[in-house]
Amino acid sequence: MKPFATLLERLAFTPARNAKLRLLRHYLDSTPDPDRGYALAALTGDLKLRSVTPSLLRGLVAERVDAQLFTLSYDFVGDLAETIALIWDSEADEDIPLHQAVDLLQSTGKSGLPAAITALLDRLGASQRLAFLKLATGNMRVGLSARMARMALADMGGPPVAEIEEIWHGLTPPYQPLFDWIAGGARPENAAKAPFRPVMLSTPTDLDQLRALDPTEHIAEWKWDGIRVLAINDGGIRRLYSRTGEDISTAFPDLIEALNFDGTVDGELLVRRGAEIASFNDLQQRLNRKTVSRAMLASHPAGLRVYDLMIWQGRDLRDLPLSARRALLDAADFGSDRIDASPVLDFTTWDDLAALRASPPNPVIEGVMIKRRDSAYVAGRPRGPWFKWKRDPMVVDAVLLYAQRGHGKRSGFYSDFTFGLWDGADLVTVGKAYFGFTDEELRQLDRFVRQNTTDRFGPVRAVKPELVLEVAFEGLNASSRHKSGVAMRFPRISRIRWDKPAAEADRLETLKAMIG
Amino acid sequence: MRADQILHPTPQGLYCPPGDFHIDPTRPVARALITHGHADHARAGHGSVLATQQTLDIMAIRYGEDFAGQVQPADGPIRIGDVTVSFHPAGHILGSAQIAVTPDHGPKIVVSGDYSRTPSPTCAPFEPVPCDVFVTEATFGLPVFKHPDPAVEMARLLASMTEFPERPHLIGAYSLGKAQRVIALARAAGIDAPIAIHGAMQRLCDYHIEQGIDLGPLIPATADQVPAQLVIAPQSAFSTAWVQRFRDPVIGFASGWMAVRARARQNGVELPLVISDHVDWPQVTQTIRDLFPAEVWITHGTEDGLLRWCELNGFPARPLRLVGYEDEPE
Ligand SMILES: [Zn+2]
Ligand SMILES: [Zn+2]
Repeated sequence: MKPFATLLERLAFTPARNAKLRLLRHYLDSTPDPDRGYALAALTGDLKLRSVTPSLLRGLVAERVDAQLFTLSYDFVGDLAETIALIWDSEADEDIPLHQAVDLLQSTGKSGLPAAITALLDRLGASQRLAFLKLATGNMRVGLSARMARMALADMGGPPVAEIEEIWHGLTPPYQPLFDWIAGGARPENAAKAPFRPVMLSTPTDLDQLRALDPTEHIAEWKWDGIRVLAINDGGIRRLYSRTGEDISTAFPDLIEALNFDGTVDGELLVRRGAEIASFNDLQQRLNRKTVSRAMLASHPAGLRVYDLMIWQGRDLRDLPLSARRALLDAADFGSDRIDASPVLDFTTWDDLAALRASPPNPVIEGVMIKRRDSAYVAGRPRGPWFKWKRDPMVVDAVLLYAQRGHGKRSGFYSDFTFGLWDGADLVTVGKAYFGFTDEELRQLDRFVRQNTTDRFGPVRAVKPELVLEVAFEGLNASSRHKSGVAMRFPRISRIRWDKPAAEADRLETLKAMIG
Repeated sequence: MRADQILHPTPQGLYCPPGDFHIDPTRPVARALITHGHADHARAGHGSVLATQQTLDIMAIRYGEDFAGQVQPADGPIRIGDVTVSFHPAGHILGSAQIAVTPDHGPKIVVSGDYSRTPSPTCAPFEPVPCDVFVTEATFGLPVFKHPDPAVEMARLLASMTEFPERPHLIGAYSLGKAQRVIALARAAGIDAPIAIHGAMQRLCDYHIEQGIDLGPLIPATADQVPAQLVIAPQSAFSTAWVQRFRDPVIGFASGWMAVRARARQNGVELPLVISDHVDWPQVTQTIRDLFPAEVWITHGTEDGLLRWCELNGFPARPLRLVGYEDEPE
């Protein structure tokens, strides 16, 4: 478990995604089965273990450490598992395989658990104790998604990530067949029904680039502002996956119930009330909930607008040209009024399409999609066959209030910017942006921050409220978590307004009025 | 004489009436005895200073030759007023000493200053001095502080340098003592390539080399392109534009505080290295057991933890609550 403890510690302190991936891949390369599989599952939250309660742990340490010394220490350290790992008085530092720790937590009965944990803690060094206690309390918090885990697996030199994603949901920890496959063995039989299939993604475009293309070779459709999903009914097994392969079925029981067809379809998850498509803000209310109340199901019903058919009535259509798939889609019966096909747009020239894009019939439309008629359905983001032409972003002029030092390639630069808008005579924080600017602009912003610092809090500096930033964003949600009452989607700094006095920056009312 | 007649806290620091001197005074006094060169213990502007030759040299480097009216190097027992004082290695940084104060009649008091029992190539090891009153720091005075073997921490640094060979590793370390300890540990761990050092630590590194401490090849980290994968700098440099010359650096920090994750996070550190020049909990409690003093006085740090331990283990103890000393300089 030493390598696992080291990995956990490095991941916890490594902010950059690529560096995290490299750490994980090196761990997977150098760790034997089944430990690496259990580690992967622990990191992505897929390892189901008996969860050890904080009170059990407090009881264990109370038998070993003076209560007053423990309290003083816990106050200082601030985290229970970490305090116990550090304070535990044992000189041992055995390297116990991770699977033994997993086995202990999976198979020890409730009454035997305290003694078993104590005995194990006595054999481990401090960093392994912490790793074990994090495992036992189910609290890894190292910022590693299942998607990143699969990318690290693909980096091991075996099958590409799209193929790993196809079989992922049929596998269970410690994923022995998967590692065998990566090492050159046979592809695991995909036992699970309704597996995830990687979706096809588009690349951004604009009118200039489109002019080089022949409009007659393309179809266009609206780009809906919901959540891109894969909806499946595979012989009665129904599932909803996000486009990154997370199973989100439990959050949308109403839509699951409506999947009365036989196939795997690619579409946009939306809140829809009859014919009306509700805003992303409404959809937001349904996200990240483990259980959905009956009232929420009634007031925010989920629906699906289908873009494409991947598998339909037992037939894999992905190698067919889009025009053939589209013909089947237009004729398809989805068996529910919550589900329909996304309509194709009628246009002859790119200027026609530009006009449609400029005045969409519904605020939930965030641009147009343009797809080659002959395109097969390919996993990933191939350059060329599919384009997205998003509507112009919304912008506000905001005042720079705080800046935080960046990491990795931006080390030493103040690169994360918090900005605000006027509310009466005060500036209220409305968001944070850390991209949109060029390297040269970053240097200029960094200089401004250093020369106008009014206060410091660790890596954060408050600055004189003098610099106006034009902030572009894709949408707005009402938010009770933000003091301003609104949250921006994908905010970025589109221009630095060195010319504009802060007093002329926008007001909070202006922003609130933009909520769609 | 009672112990508190020989030495007691004053607003200037610990004062010895029978010898009419202060130890590590935080404000200018007529006569100062100084344990070591860290800025919170060694200040400029005293009438006279008695310290080890190395501490006097370090003070001259940091404050200029005229940092005190008069200086006297400590060498063997010295009679001052009605007491005898002697200096003994503290194992903290180069030149660091404990000061033993022995009255003609009464308890012998050892003021240990800052000290460490982790061996370091940069200074003489701590020497236990039997005494009646042991005056100790409690920087890491809680049982959560068990500093790992520095070689283990160096192995972590090396692993990261191997894992990310294209990224420079910038390790924050206090300019006096910690920086040289880290460099010497890196050499012991087998890093032979030139190590780049921030300009603020150049003269102190030079002085260590003059004193016969092998730091290996050092280059200045001042050019636009620094041809070294390992760079040592004071932590304060990380918030300056100096860092911008490095492409995608791994920022590390060498400090005993790095044992606690929340502390490491506050510092925005990617590679926390638990390398300390203070005693940790097992060392401070073992030292008290070894010396078995009649009384323990605690100067600064997290004294509540150590007071509780003394209570549990039957050592009469009291906090001096001296102000002006830093936890562990960063
Ligand atoms: Zn010191
Ligand atoms: Zn100190």
